Parts: sequence; C-alpha cells; structure tokens
Amino acid sequence: MTGPGPFFLDEIFFVVMPYLAFIIFLLVSIRRYLTQSFTFSSLSSQFLENRQHFWGLVPFHYGIIAIVTGHIIGFLIPREVLAWNSQPLRLYVLEVSAFVFGLLTLVGLVSVIVRRFTVSKIRMVTSTADWILFGIFVVQILSGLYVAAFHGWGSSWFAAVATPYLWSLLTLSPDIAYVTAMPWMVKLHIVCAYVMIAFFPFTRLVHALVVPNPYLWRKTQVVRWYGIRRFASGRPGADRKM
Amino acid sequence: MNVRSQISMVFHLDKCIGCHTCSIACKNIWTDRRGTEYMWWNNVETKPGTGFPTQWENQEKYRGGWEKKNGSINLRSTSKARTVTDIFHNPSMPGMDDYYEPWTYKYDELFNAPEGPDQPTAKPVSMVTGEYINLEAGPNWDDDLGGSKIYAENDPNLKGLTAEQRMQLSAIERLVFFYFPRICNHCLNPSCVAACPSGALYKRGEDGIVLIDQKRCRGWRSCVAACPYKKTFYNWTTGKSEKCILCFPRLETGQAPACFHSCVGRIRYLGVLLYDADRLEGVAKSPDEELIDAHRSMILNPNDPAVIAAALENGVHESVIVSAQKSPVYRFVKEWKIALPPHIEYRTLPMLFYVPPMSPVMAEKNDDTVGSVSDDFFHDIEQARVPLQFLANLFGAGHQGKVVYALKKQKAVRTYRRAVTVGDIDIKLAEKMLLEADCTVEQAEAIYQLTSLCTFDDRFVIPPMHREEAIEMMKDPHEHRSSVGFGFVEAPERGL
Repeated sequence: MTGPGPFFLDEIFFVVMPYLAFIIFLLVSIRRYLTQSFTFSSLSSQFLENRQHFWGLVPFHYGIIAIVTGHIIGFLIPREVLAWNSQPLRLYVLEVSAFVFGLLTLVGLVSVIVRRFTVSKIRMVTSTADWILFGIFVVQILSGLYVAAFHGWGSSWFAAVATPYLWSLLTLSPDIAYVTAMPWMVKLHIVCAYVMIAFFPFTRLVHALVVPNPYLWRKTQVVRWYGIRRFASGRPGADRKM
Repeated sequence: MNVRSQISMVFHLDKCIGCHTCSIACKNIWTDRRGTEYMWWNNVETKPGTGFPTQWENQEKYRGGWEKKNGSINLRSTSKARTVTDIFHNPSMPGMDDYYEPWTYKYDELFNAPEGPDQPTAKPVSMVTGEYINLEAGPNWDDDLGGSKIYAENDPNLKGLTAEQRMQLSAIERLVFFYFPRICNHCLNPSCVAACPSGALYKRGEDGIVLIDQKRCRGWRSCVAACPYKKTFYNWTTGKSEKCILCFPRLETGQAPACFHSCVGRIRYLGVLLYDADRLEGVAKSPDEELIDAHRSMILNPNDPAVIAAALENGVHESVIVSAQKSPVYRFVKEWKIALPPHIEYRTLPMLFYVPPMSPVMAEKNDDTVGSVSDDFFHDIEQARVPLQFLANLFGAGHQGKVVYALKKQKAVRTYRRAVTVGDIDIKLAEKMLLEADCTVEQAEAIYQLTSLCTFDDRFVIPPMHREEAIEMMKDPHEHRSSVGFGFVEAPERGL
C-alpha cells in the first residue's frame, strides 16, 4: 500500500476536482437542456438488437440504481446506517446485498460492452463518448467491488469517513483529513466518481436527468391547444395541456 | 356537450388499386432521412396478409391498444407501474427484424466491375451498417401475397374462420386479396399518447392531429409498443420516436396531405367531424358489439342548431363548422354508414374509416366459357370470395352486421346504377334492393357521385386552420414572423 500522496495532489484530487466536477455538471447540464433539448434521449438500441439487450440493460440498471441509492442513503442518514449496522447480522446482510448489486452492475456492464463490440448494427450507434464512458464505468465498478471485498464493512466506515468529508465539501469548508488516510483503491474510487460527474453532461447519461416524472400522476390523454383557446362561455380550460 | 373538431378520413377500399403511390409520396417528403428509412408512415398492405410490421394485428405478441377489465380500460402494453419496471427493456417492443432492415445497392459495382463472362450485379448493402446483406424481408414483402399463401395464412384476422372459409381464401387457384392502405388513425383515445412516460405525445386541440413533441421525446418508445396499429416508429439514429403528422404543414396551407393528394385511385376522403369529447370515456368502455354504434353516436350532426351553438361556445371556429357541414367523411360514416373503423376492438377510437371492399364476382369455368355462379348479377354478399367473417374481424370487431350492411348498400347502389345506365337489370328490382339495403334513390345517387365522380374539392374539404389568429392573440405577428424558422431551429442531431 502506498502512503498518502504529496499534499498538493490530495488538494487537487479531493478539493479542486469535486468542485470543478460539480460546477461542470451543473452548468453543462443546464446549458444542454436549454439549448439542445433535442439531444436528451435514452438513445435506446433495443430496436436494433432485442435479445442481448435484456441481459445487459436490466442487470446494469437495477444494479447501478441500487448502488447509487445506497451511497446517497449513507450520505444523507449516516447515523441510522450505523445504528442498523450495530447488529452483526444486519451488517452482513447489508454488506452482502451491496456486493451482489455491485456484481449485478458489473455483469450488466460487461454484457453491454460485449454487445456493443459484437453486434455490427449497435456499433453504428456507438460514439467515442460511449467508449470513454465504458472505460470510466469499468474502473469505477471494479474499484468499488475491490473496496467492498478487501476493505470490509464499507457501509459503516462510509458513514463515518466519507460522509463527513462530503458534508465538508458541501458546507464549503473542505476537510480532506478524512480521505487522505484512505487506501489508494478508495481514493481511486472517489476520484473516478468525480471524473464521471464531470463527464456526465457530455454523454448519453443525461437521460437519467429526464426520467419520466409527470407520467404517474398526469391525466391519461394529453391535449395541447395552440395559443389561447377561444372561450365564448369562459368554460375553464380544464383540459388545456395535460 | 364538449364539442371538438377532428380532421377525419375515409379510405374507400373498393377503389384501391394497390399502386403504393401514397407510400412513395409520403416517403419522399418525410422519411428519407437516416434512421427513418425503415418507416412507412403510409403503407399499403395486401389482405389477407401479415402486414407491416409483420403480424401487427397480433396483440398477444405486441400488446397494443386498450383492454377492458372490470369496467375500466387499461393499456394492454403498459400499466403505469409496468412502465416504470419495463423502462430498461420493454418485452413487447417490435425490433428492426419485425419491420425489415433497409438496404440500398452498390451501384458503382455496375461500373467498376472487371471485364468477365457475367453481367455485373449491384449487390445489396444494409443502410444501417453499410455491410452486404442477404435480403430476407422488406416492406410489402407479401405484396399481392408475395406469390405464396404462407403470408395469407398467417393473417391474425383469420381467427374464427371455418376451415372451409380458410380454404376459400387460400386455395391457390382461387386466391383472392384486397388492399389495405394504412396511416396513423389520429384516434380519439390514442393509446400512444396515454403511454408516453414523457408526455411528449399529444393531440392537437383544434384539429385532433396526434403529434410527438420531438424535443420532449426521450426515446422510451412506450408509444411504439402501445399503438395497436404500429404507426409510431422509433428513429434509431436520433433516439426519438416519429409518426405520421397528417402533413399538418400542408393542411395548414389548405393542401391535402401528400398521400391523399397523390392517390391515383382517388380512394381517400378528408373532412372535419364534430364530436362530443365528454362521451369519450364512456364510448371507449362499450361492449365489443356496441363499439361501432357508440363511436358513431359520438359524432355530432354539424347541421343541428344545438350542436352548432355548443361548438361555437366551445371555441370551434364558424368556418370549421361550415367545413364540417360539407365533410365527405360525415356522409360516409354517419349518414350512409358504409365506412367502418379498423379494429375498433382496440378501443383507441380511430378517426380513419374504411369502406369495406366488394369481392370480385364469383365465377366458374365450364369448358371454354366462364360464367357467374350466382343468379344475382353481382354475387351474393354471403358468397363473397373474401369471407364475411374476415372483413368482420377487420372492420366489425368480429361482428358481421355492420359489414353486411355496408356491403349490401354498395351492392344495391351498383345494381341501381347498372339499371339506370345499362338497363339490363329491371329498375324495379334495383329499387327493391335499395329499399332492402336501407338506401333511398337520392342517397344512392349521392353515394355514386361521391364514389365515382368525385372532384378534388369533393374529396378533400379542408377546414381553415386559423393558426394565424392564435399567434395574433399571443404576440405581435411581425415579431413572430422574424422569430420562427422553417423546421428545426435546433438541429435534430443525436445526443452523445
């Protein structure tokens, strides 16, 4: 294991990078949404290849959603997570299920990459950004699995170490003492996360920002009126758009 | 009464010659871009046949449209909960193989081929990958039954036909077919709109045209699965779904849609129908056998003063009401009742109606002469070479009554006109047939006029769309003029 790197490198990786990544993420996403809303799409390729699609996309998405949710929970309610982990059995259950979801993500990602490589139709709709993205994902997921396997009880020390660090970033008083002492694989995982956040708005990942939210509570049929409807009687425009 | 206007259509199948001019007109205007090559917003199918995409009427496979359960209707493809769980991989989604892989030919190989004993050939290459492909399917692969009965026998509409009736259709020597041109039906209860997780699909309030907001579409493709007619398509290049827009830029400038305009057989009619939107839900829930009547009863008489008053109150423009009074669609659908909605059992309430086709006269060969097998001048409806049940599965939700009515009336009009113009049929007999077909002499003449001698203006009664008024209300027209472009202001480019 290597010791903590030179001081300025830590500053760059754990103070400058997160802020930079977050600002890039925010500004580019908003700009893209405002000026290039046409480019927001799932860019699904199920139409071109319908069988391998299932074995890649489904495990990957369920895996990554569970993992990301887990990280967010650890960040938002660390105390409750620690309390949950106070009983060994519950800790084991959490650790094992987190690892399983990580594996699910990896299996999904590998079959997605294999599909992109082998199906010629799919290669036609694969961009350079996609390949870079796959690279980042591979590093991120493998490092995450390594940490989960060899630096155990992550669900507990995430709450005790990473959460205070992230909160310190959020409150604009960065304290990197929490992370500088971490094993280098954990550091890699953190830095790679920042790279991904910064790269996010330039890639197809933006579809995650436009997941269908009005659908579950909107009216079944959507009618749009052009301009102002001519109501002689003042009938309320109950069905004006949605 | 919540009166709205809807641009509606009638396709007269008895006149369709299957020339595909409509398809080509549409393709040249709208779907010749990369990613849309495989789409046919307008296509002409041979029936019986499997259609485009293959077996689109098989809702066990594609799960399109609505199904009635416990007194309410639900999307067959996607309940709201299932939309969320299926969003990563929709199991009932058609893939490119269900349509076909578009191709072109390497024409330069014709010129660059080295000298040899054979004629050079232009080999087909995929328009997706650019690689050589073996052609296994294409649009209209089963056109005119593709020379084989395998397509005819796989038509989902053969459900419920007796073995004898099937034989009647598919025995090669007596093979019979008709054409079934299809575009988006611009339904009153569109399942594509209801299924869209992004709310990108919508029905235009003023004219009922169903459109996809290209900027809001996120390519979840629920509309593709939900449309039982498979008339929304996924553009795999841009990652957006697209569909027939009823050529609204043409309609707004007073021109008929391209497929209507170019129709060689003059089978297409377009006009406004007024309908009562408040009754929509109730009608869509009707039992199968009452669906056609319920759908018809939603369509309002544009000459009824109460309807006119309610329409005006609801913001329908006077000129649109005048247009509705002249609508050829209203006459076919409501007055004469000879135009029927396709597959109304999907409960989307389609606003494109079909006049069912008369079958060719049944004849048999005796030695060297060919004679009619029926005593009737035109054959009996019940003996039609296309079995009634087949037409009923297409246009009557499985029930023959409405189809028989439409065919009988058409036959009576033919007989009557034969008696008038040729005179080899007793006019008394013809008039009796009209009476039995629930048709007056005046109506017979009107049907004859609008079917056979119709001019351009008879067929297409396009209402003024009044888009300019809406703009004036919103902002200064001069400012608007300088701020809109033609087509996309933002290039329709694929995101990374």
